[in-house]
Amino acid sequence: MSRRVQRIFAYTILIIVSFLCLFWFYALFINATRSNSELSSGFSLIPGTALVKNWNSMRHCALPVMNSMKNSMVIALSSSLLCSYFSIMTAYGIHAYCFKGRKLFYTIMIGFMMIPRQVTALGFISLVDDMHLMDTFIPLIIPEIASPIVFYYMIKYMESTLPMSLVEAARIDGASEIFVFNKIVLPLMRPAFAVQMIFKFVESWNNYFIPALILHEDNKKTMPIVISLLRSANFANYDNGLIYMVIAFSILPSIIIYLFLSRLIISGITSGGIKG
Amino acid sequence: MKKSKWGILFISPYIIVYLLFTALPIVISLYKSLFVNYWKGLVEVGPFFCGLENYVTLLTDKSIYTYLGNTAIMWILGFVPQLVLSITLAAWFSDHRLGLMGIQFFKTVIYFPNLIIAASFASLFFSFFADCGPVNALLMELGIIDEPFQFFSNTWSTRALVAFMNCTMWFGNTTLLLLAGMLGIDKSLKEAAEVDGASTWQVFTRITLPLIRPILLYVIITSLIGGIQMFDVPQILTKGTGDPNRSTMTVLMYMNKHMFSKNYGVSGALSFILFMVTAVLSIIVFSLNSKTEEGRGVR
Repeated sequence: MSRRVQRIFAYTILIIVSFLCLFWFYALFINATRSNSELSSGFSLIPGTALVKNWNSMRHCALPVMNSMKNSMVIALSSSLLCSYFSIMTAYGIHAYCFKGRKLFYTIMIGFMMIPRQVTALGFISLVDDMHLMDTFIPLIIPEIASPIVFYYMIKYMESTLPMSLVEAARIDGASEIFVFNKIVLPLMRPAFAVQMIFKFVESWNNYFIPALILHEDNKKTMPIVISLLRSANFANYDNGLIYMVIAFSILPSIIIYLFLSRLIISGITSGGIKG
Repeated sequence: MKKSKWGILFISPYIIVYLLFTALPIVISLYKSLFVNYWKGLVEVGPFFCGLENYVTLLTDKSIYTYLGNTAIMWILGFVPQLVLSITLAAWFSDHRLGLMGIQFFKTVIYFPNLIIAASFASLFFSFFADCGPVNALLMELGIIDEPFQFFSNTWSTRALVAFMNCTMWFGNTTLLLLAGMLGIDKSLKEAAEVDGASTWQVFTRITLPLIRPILLYVIITSLIGGIQMFDVPQILTKGTGDPNRSTMTVLMYMNKHMFSKNYGVSGALSFILFMVTAVLSIIVFSLNSKTEEGRGVR
């Protein structure tokens, strides 16, 4: 009996919590379909009539929304691809070979794993400035090659799933080391590649602090920077329907990814042992 | 001999990029922090070598402590409820006697806010909690208040909103980590305790909690590192001002401000201090990990 009461209590809490997780986004998408006058008349849970109008005003507004969407895509896709590929390559170099300094490298990487780029921002930005890479995507993409958390995940995954006998067999057959890596190791690592690519994509997509310091030209901006400009002075003459539309548009890619890949994402959080 | 050469070749892109874009910026931050260098209008002052003067300026000025305090308060306000909620949910999900259904669904839902751009989430809350926004409209319709409550003019309501958003974004992640830890506990331990007549609460406090302590510590420290970096949400919510009355200005917002006004010396000092703090925390996480790995090895 008491277990039944406990179960009802648990379900109640879970439903409230789920509601609090989803309500904001439901309301956001509803508001994106309503016109400014509909919005000012009060709160509603029923879609309005201004979806097409808001979409069109977003495409023609003073902020470079469409272009930023494209920029965010380019940066997030290339940085997540490079990050996953090179993390596997590095993990393989440490896992499958013996050389001097191997242990030292591993210890330093794992020891400093959790240090975020934000805290070294000043040095990073002045370096980018000295290299004349301001207002380019390079400083947002290339540094992701060296991402200790992803490397750690990959090496843990390799330890549990990559049979070295397979690598040895290919070597005996005369395969070159590069061939072994690209044609044997990489396909075996596909699940880990996918999981980390999704996480890195989302992380890069959401990144605001560093890109805001690097990208100043209008045609280089990414989605989070555009979001931060929604309330700025030169956009003060605003239409609330348009604002909700831009916010909704900015989170749409994450929602689509999640709708299709939620199982993979959820298993990825815990399977590598640890994920920051 | 030949083989080891390949290993070094495979890790070299990583090492080069790491040295260039992670290690070198730390050195640059340290170097710049030793010089007076800022812009006064269109005139650059410095750089002049000044030793540790920037650190003294930073640490003797009261404002850094205010911002540290703000960051700590908003972190605690968000993290304590997050931890309580996450432990509770993880305990329910892992309790077979309770037999909850739809766990996969709930896991999917609670992790969802973590994927949302923090900037967009903050912008959304800014619209919802505006003076003439939907939340105020709803509260007035329901007759709870007579006139709009100005959420962003009140210190504690602004801080509470920041904390609430951080909690919403991260509790799903924390729940899943703690759940993995709880599911990793040897079932026979719990069963033995139950046979001996232990209550659910006793099993939880005497067996589950002590055994997930390493993961609990991991969650706390990684969240602390996240807390130190708190930026996107308060920055967007307050348009970078940290208002009302700078009560939501975080350390990173302060650094951002110095960087925008090109005060390289002081922001270098702040950057290096933050690096040292997170490095220490990161090494603690590392030793925790290696300890649990050793533990597993023994078993």
